[in-house]
Amino acid sequence: MPSLKDLKNRIASVKATQKITKAMKMVAAAKLRRAQEAAEAARPYSQRMSAVLSNIAAAVGSDDSAPRLMTGNGQNQTHLLVVCTAERGLCGGFNSQIARFARDHVRKLLAEGKTVKIICVGKKGFDILRREFASLIIDRVDLREVKKIGFENADQIGKKVIGLFEKNEFDVCTLFYSEFKSVISQVPTALQLIPAAVPAEAASTDAAAAIYEYEPDAGEILSDLIPRNISVQVFRALLENVAGEMGAKMSAMDNATRNAGEMINKLTLSYNRQRQAQITKELIEIISGAEAL
Amino acid sequence: MADFNFELVSPERLLLSERVSEVVLPATEGEMTVMANHAPTMTTIKPGVVTVKGIDGKVTRYIVFGGFADILPTGCTLLAESAVPAEEADRAAIEKRIEAAKNELQDGAHSDEHRTRVETFLTELTQLNGILVAF
Repeated sequence: MPSLKDLKNRIASVKATQKITKAMKMVAAAKLRRAQEAAEAARPYSQRMSAVLSNIAAAVGSDDSAPRLMTGNGQNQTHLLVVCTAERGLCGGFNSQIARFARDHVRKLLAEGKTVKIICVGKKGFDILRREFASLIIDRVDLREVKKIGFENADQIGKKVIGLFEKNEFDVCTLFYSEFKSVISQVPTALQLIPAAVPAEAASTDAAAAIYEYEPDAGEILSDLIPRNISVQVFRALLENVAGEMGAKMSAMDNATRNAGEMINKLTLSYNRQRQAQITKELIEIISGAEAL
Repeated sequence: MADFNFELVSPERLLLSERVSEVVLPATEGEMTVMANHAPTMTTIKPGVVTVKGIDGKVTRYIVFGGFADILPTGCTLLAESAVPAEEADRAAIEKRIEAAKNELQDGAHSDEHRTRVETFLTELTQLNGILVAF
């Protein structure tokens, strides 16, 4: 049985923890709002990009002039996985969800006898994947110093991937990130970057119906566009990730705060009970002492 | 004068979306002026200055670093890799890009095709830098 003083100390420490988790939750909420705004602001670009891309792709068709980044190099042996996770923990199952999803994928590919290479974006995913696939990780990107993710960060990753592809380091590239559904739900997602899967749905819109003049020719525009599109996809994934991380952190910290509240209630109850017991005990001692006289 | 909808979009945000009467784009094959009812055209953009003339005749300038434009009779969308209003243009940022491009050239680990592309990019950037000095 802990003494009264012990209980008092416990309550004080839990209260301090609760204050921290509460503050973290509020910070996460503020950052989440900003991340959502950033994701929102980036949406027009990626939307128009995919519309234009499907337009040109339809114009060029799938003949030989289509760039290699789009058609792939016809092989399916070496897979490159770009796994994007957060830089910090304390956000519930967010990082482990992505890592687990990627790990299952790696296992599946390895079982099929494929070669796997991994690029880790974010420290947490690297820490988790290193345990099992240390030899497969060829590179890691550190975004810890980055306060607000800009397009340059994504562009660097995109260029790195394209550079590796040009050196024939891999055949297929897949991007792993967490799609932000809502504050409480983030879904780990895999997106194939190379060969680029071009959305075909825009073919029926008015814009596609117009006969375009291309300057320079369509093939050249396309080969300029696809690397850019890869960077845009990475950028979008990173933004989604930040929003997801903050959402997960917010709900994790909310849970922690609530838990701490429950704990404080329980501890306060047993503290009061014990104090009462002590008072009763002292009274009995005095009364029985008086009666003995 | 007829006006049309012009949108300037960078990956980070939508910079501009309004009715304008005239836009001058630094297309890779030379500068081009877009006005209302332009034939549908798609063109790549080199680093340079985009001049936007609003319906009230007010002229605003933007610095862009590459991208491409999607021109329709009803409107024009410019997807820029990075765009800033000319007044806020940062010469240091451009010089940093020039430096990065130079380093990439010296690296020597790339294919010839890639090197040519970087070289072109470098000349365009240097030109742009020259224009900005004159401002």
